[in-house]
Amino acid sequence: MNLGPHAAFIVASYAIAAAVVAVLIGWIAFDNRAQRRNLARLEAHGVTRRSENSA
Amino acid sequence: MSSLTALFMRDFRLAIRVGGGGGIGVLFFLIVVTLTPFAIGPDLALLARIGPAILWLGALLASLLTLDRLFTADYEDGSLDLVLMADTPLELAVAAKAAAHWLTTGLPLVIATPLLGLFMNLDAGASAAVALTLLAGTPALTFIGLIGAALSVALRRGGLLLAVLVLPLTVPVLIFGVAASNAAIIGPLPFGTPFTILCALTMISLVVGVFAAAAALRQGME
Amino acid sequence: MPLIDLANPTRYLQLSGRALPWLIAITAAACVAGLYLTANAPDDYQQGATVKIMFIHVPAAWLGMFGWAMMSAAALGTLVWRHPLADVAAKAAAPIGAAFTFLCLVTGSLWGRPMWGTYWVWDARLTSVLLLFLMYLGVIALWRTVEDPSRAARAAAILTLVGAINLPIIKWSVDWWNTLHQPASVIKMGGPAIYSTILIPLLVMAIAFTLLFMTLHVAAMRNEILRRRVRTLMLMQAQTAPGSGA
Repeated sequence: MNLGPHAAFIVASYAIAAAVVAVLIGWIAFDNRAQRRNLARLEAHGVTRRSENSA
Repeated sequence: MSSLTALFMRDFRLAIRVGGGGGIGVLFFLIVVTLTPFAIGPDLALLARIGPAILWLGALLASLLTLDRLFTADYEDGSLDLVLMADTPLELAVAAKAAAHWLTTGLPLVIATPLLGLFMNLDAGASAAVALTLLAGTPALTFIGLIGAALSVALRRGGLLLAVLVLPLTVPVLIFGVAASNAAIIGPLPFGTPFTILCALTMISLVVGVFAAAAALRQGME
Repeated sequence: MPLIDLANPTRYLQLSGRALPWLIAITAAACVAGLYLTANAPDDYQQGATVKIMFIHVPAAWLGMFGWAMMSAAALGTLVWRHPLADVAAKAAAPIGAAFTFLCLVTGSLWGRPMWGTYWVWDARLTSVLLLFLMYLGVIALWRTVEDPSRAARAAAILTLVGAINLPIIKWSVDWWNTLHQPASVIKMGGPAIYSTILIPLLVMAIAFTLLFMTLHVAAMRNEILRRRVRTLMLMQAQTAPGSGA
């Protein structure tokens, strides 16, 4: 694949696109982990939602 | 006296009274325009070329900053609850408040423009053109800013956040306001084309601003 | 299964949890296919290999607008039906839409350097996207400054809808402003007709990006539901145990 005289710009575009997507995925995964940890901690303290108590 | 007139007169009196802040907008406008030559140098030819743009930017900032507490003050002293409970449609009440606000802050800016045009090395015709575009355009700024003022009640926040939210929406008004002024001064475009569009933008913002602000107040007061 | 079940946050968590692996798999496949087609796409006769930047630039621009459209639809759900899941959808869409708009700006700038000789020109298209990006940042700032989620949701919904009305006006006025200031300096994208050798990779990439947006959005919505659940539980904990210091 020959990218011509402006190869640096093309490679940079794709690299930044990959970086932006990676940051989004990383942030969402990290956020998910943090929320699950918080929920688990609260449940360990015996705090549950009303709907789960009645069920 | 109908309730709308009463509301209008109340806001009008509050704004022109001592501590009302009606005159502060003009003062702010004056200071922004005075600062410009210090930033770019006292080159009269350059000032004449960018003068309309500076006057428009100053008016934009002045009218938005004075709107900040339009509803917040009423919310704090409880009169906003009365307006919400009244039989008068909230949209009309909001429009009456906006009209009073424009008369006390927007119109003084328009009146001060010829004087400030002098500072910007604009000739009489050019100053009149800028004043005319501001006369047609500042109501649009008031009504767009009205949305921000209503949101600040809903959010219990004001200041910079609202400027950040509202300023992008004023881009069309700024574009056509400055374009109409420049068309009158240097051409080549006829003055009428951008000026009619500016008037159209004012009409649109009248409708959108009033309804969005009323909706924001209803949601925010629950 | 009736569609209305999706409206219950708990049901949504269950269903989306089952659908998410499939979504991820389809998205990954579409991305691989798109990148493969992109790598093998021929150069443009005018712009050479830089046309490859278009394969991410145009889908990113499309998703930037798509994100705002999705937020507007969610805003209607918030204001008309008072639906909590609509709040969640609107909040989750904002950072993702902003990220794609940012990507569009950066790739446009990198494309502009070899084509225009400068990283930034006040071209109509770039300027409108910049304003869209600023409005995204404003909405995100609004979500972040207000603690009560339902209050923030209604304010953000009104702002989103006003923005949706204003965005076409902004786009049109910026176009008008641009023709006034720099006549005929804007290059045409891909010439008068886009050939199928370019169009097919572009479409596949657009589909891949849209799937990526959907997958990220579903995942972000799940996080947001969990975050609200944590918030509710912490409030309950604070209420039931006064003086215990949580």
